[in-house]
Amino acid sequence: MSISSSLERNPDLDSWLQIHKDGTLTLFTGKVEIGQGIKTALALIAAEELDVAFERITVKTADTALGLNEIFTAGSGSMEESGSAIRQVTAEIRELLLQMAAKRLNLPVERLSVTDGLIGAAETNSTITYWELFGGQKFNRKFNGEAKPKKADQYQQIGRPVSLIGIESLVGGTADYIQDMKFPDLAYGRIIRPPQYHAELSRVDTAEVSALPGVLKIVQDGRFLAVIAEREEQAIRAASALKESAEWNFVKELDCTDISELLVQNKRTSLLVVNGIPIDDPIPTIAIPSAAVRTSTASYQRPYQMHGSIGPSTALALFSEAENNPVVLTVWTHSQGVFPLRVSLAHALDMNPEQIRVVHKQGAGCYGHNGADDVALDAALLARAIPGRPVLLTWMREDEHCWEPYGPAMLIKLQASVDAQGQILSWNHDVFSDSHIRRPRPVEGHSGLLASWHRATPLPPPEKKPNRAPHGGIHRNSDPLYKFPQKRIVKHLVEDLPLRTSALRTLGAFANIFAIESFMDELAAEAEIDALEFRIRHLEDKRAIAVLEAAAEKAGWGTPLKIEGMGRGIAFSQYKNLKCYAAVVMTVAVDEYGNIQLKHAVIAADAGQIVDADGLINQLEGGLIQAASWTLKEEVRYQAEGILSQDWESYPILTFEEVPEIETVLINRPDEPYLGSGEATSGPTAAAISNAVFNAIGVRLRRLPFTMEEVQKTVSEL
Amino acid sequence: MEKISLTVNGQLRELEVTPETPLLYVLRNDLGLTGTKYGCGLEQCGACAVIKNGEKIYSCNTPVDACRDSEVTTIEGIGTLEKPHPIQAAFIEERAAQCGYCIPGMIIASKVLLDKHQHPDDKTIRQELSDHLCRCGTHPRILRAVKRADQEVNS
Ligand code: FES
Ligand code: FES
Repeated sequence: MSISSSLERNPDLDSWLQIHKDGTLTLFTGKVEIGQGIKTALALIAAEELDVAFERITVKTADTALGLNEIFTAGSGSMEESGSAIRQVTAEIRELLLQMAAKRLNLPVERLSVTDGLIGAAETNSTITYWELFGGQKFNRKFNGEAKPKKADQYQQIGRPVSLIGIESLVGGTADYIQDMKFPDLAYGRIIRPPQYHAELSRVDTAEVSALPGVLKIVQDGRFLAVIAEREEQAIRAASALKESAEWNFVKELDCTDISELLVQNKRTSLLVVNGIPIDDPIPTIAIPSAAVRTSTASYQRPYQMHGSIGPSTALALFSEAENNPVVLTVWTHSQGVFPLRVSLAHALDMNPEQIRVVHKQGAGCYGHNGADDVALDAALLARAIPGRPVLLTWMREDEHCWEPYGPAMLIKLQASVDAQGQILSWNHDVFSDSHIRRPRPVEGHSGLLASWHRATPLPPPEKKPNRAPHGGIHRNSDPLYKFPQKRIVKHLVEDLPLRTSALRTLGAFANIFAIESFMDELAAEAEIDALEFRIRHLEDKRAIAVLEAAAEKAGWGTPLKIEGMGRGIAFSQYKNLKCYAAVVMTVAVDEYGNIQLKHAVIAADAGQIVDADGLINQLEGGLIQAASWTLKEEVRYQAEGILSQDWESYPILTFEEVPEIETVLINRPDEPYLGSGEATSGPTAAAISNAVFNAIGVRLRRLPFTMEEVQKTVSEL
Repeated sequence: MEKISLTVNGQLRELEVTPETPLLYVLRNDLGLTGTKYGCGLEQCGACAVIKNGEKIYSCNTPVDACRDSEVTTIEGIGTLEKPHPIQAAFIEERAAQCGYCIPGMIIASKVLLDKHQHPDDKTIRQELSDHLCRCGTHPRILRAVKRADQEVNS
């Protein structure tokens, strides 16, 4: 087994686990809980390797003061990175403890066994617990990789149902979110953002607002404008008074040209993608093979879409007044990367990273890079204005909707040539998009944090460069798993697009898979071959075929749907071509006006070895529902003067009345590594819906979202 | 600032606040009841739902003034960690939470729903919960939890 990258970076055993005298254990991870259930899965892995009851373990997530640096919690990487590290570390710790116990009990190690932390040997009475042996002590040693983790058939806890860590407090309302942090002298902040990205503050009357009840301070630095008050409602009231009095000068309009035009017209950097990796080879022109009998093309679009966390971005910051305190600024955040954020804050505030402590605190689900990092700098700027007092800052709903970095708008052009049997001979994929990865990373003279762009001495955002990582951003899942004799895949990073963008769950994969899996359906229909059969004919990967077949079987694929206006569609992908495999079969009904109703969905997934089946299902189904919402309803709307999608009315998402029934089939692979699953169902969901609509009414929808207006528009274009 | 008294989770509370202060901030910041969440402040998401005299209200847009001499129940008053209400027990059983931020509002809505309807059908539950947004996609489990709780509460 190879050493996990997290473990290579953090080899100290003590940085991963502490055993306490009272029989409890603290497990550390550099990852963060974002509602994906990672704490539960990691505790389960440690409990299994150590042979202790799952309930004894408390999990502590990322904190720069604790040292464990796992960079970002993103890309469905936590199970592979932190999960594998914890598996290896705890196996080694168990081995060390057994060696100690062997000496203490005067028994050979081979005879010892462990039951819930109690070490003993058959036919003897001598026993000792982990906590008697080692409670409160430190290992002071580095991981050496000599111990072997358990094999799947030795598992006693993994795979059994467990409860979600912390669920009692979630349903009891006592869970401690960042929004709920309490300090005796807490002050509350609110931000007044410009009405649009390019508006400059020309005038604001601070004197009058300063006199409002409870106002402690108005902070103005360029066009960064904020207020701090004793009470939260006072801060809100003062902020709206400031907003009223502020006058703005629109330096530039948002470019409202149809985004599908901008994506192909604007300046761009284009790279050939081979095996999922962008390379510098010249981009070949599209060649039609001589054996081709038919060549088809289609373009697919997705608009800007938002993360739309239910709890707006929040941070708490405190500037220490104490002299000789090495930590000057402490920031509590729900950012997905406390270490990168610390460096970015230091850079923006002109401090040393060592002077800043960044502590992760649970927020509402974020689904990628939302406003979490930005609000941390906002709060730090406010805290610096009133040293010694902690400042809690929550964005208002409008701040969140208008300023979070959106998932980029994308355009995908596909072209395929097939032979007389309908078999695909050549495949061309051109994907046009803005950058998907704009997480804050400091670059000299630049900053990725919103407030830095607005201060009197601004640090503009870093330049955009094409991501070259395998399945990185725009090109994530642009390379299909299908075996085509000839593939030409090109990513285009497009410049000067109107809206701010960054990582939204699945990055480019959602739109790429939507396009690929819709187009496969079109080609199957043209060749008059069943859509499932057509996919299997182009696949060699057995696990891919298995999820497709499992989903099809469960959904009764091939049995007729008797009702007029109903249809069924199938789609699949393996996220990043190396993580969880997932197939989706969606059944829809389309009414005479073009309203699409999701009736029933089946998911079949293979995430390797299953650690926490219930948590896995929750992630797969949650991903499907969110993607269904993107597919049917979501589009960030804007005009020259600014963003129009300012709340849940102007940016509606899927509601209870629109969520389909879902059935999920899991394929367990006990001998395969566990694979991240939080992003597995998103792409297939969009394509399964579009394919089902075609099956229902014979119309191909290629522009997201599939609103009633979009369906009517597509029909009118036929 | 004015003296205002209201009953929260069975306890009479007297406060000195501006009457137009949204109930949400009184609950969260004055009374320390942070289970009630801010989500939108616009009556669009349901995260801030509480029960006032048996009816569901959105505390983000309800001035505390309108709650004088009322009985308010928040998520903390529904059950406790040691003794969860059957609805909360059903949510735990169905593991009906991902990030959990929407869940207190969902439980409040379920409580009001089950107080009013015996054995509501799927359609009724969906309708009654349709003002409550969940971005994590926990909907199927929440629906199952409400049905499970109904068996418990209304049998
Ligand atoms: S916060 Fe009250 S409904 Fe959203
Ligand atoms: S569980 Fe996260 S919003 Fe509902």
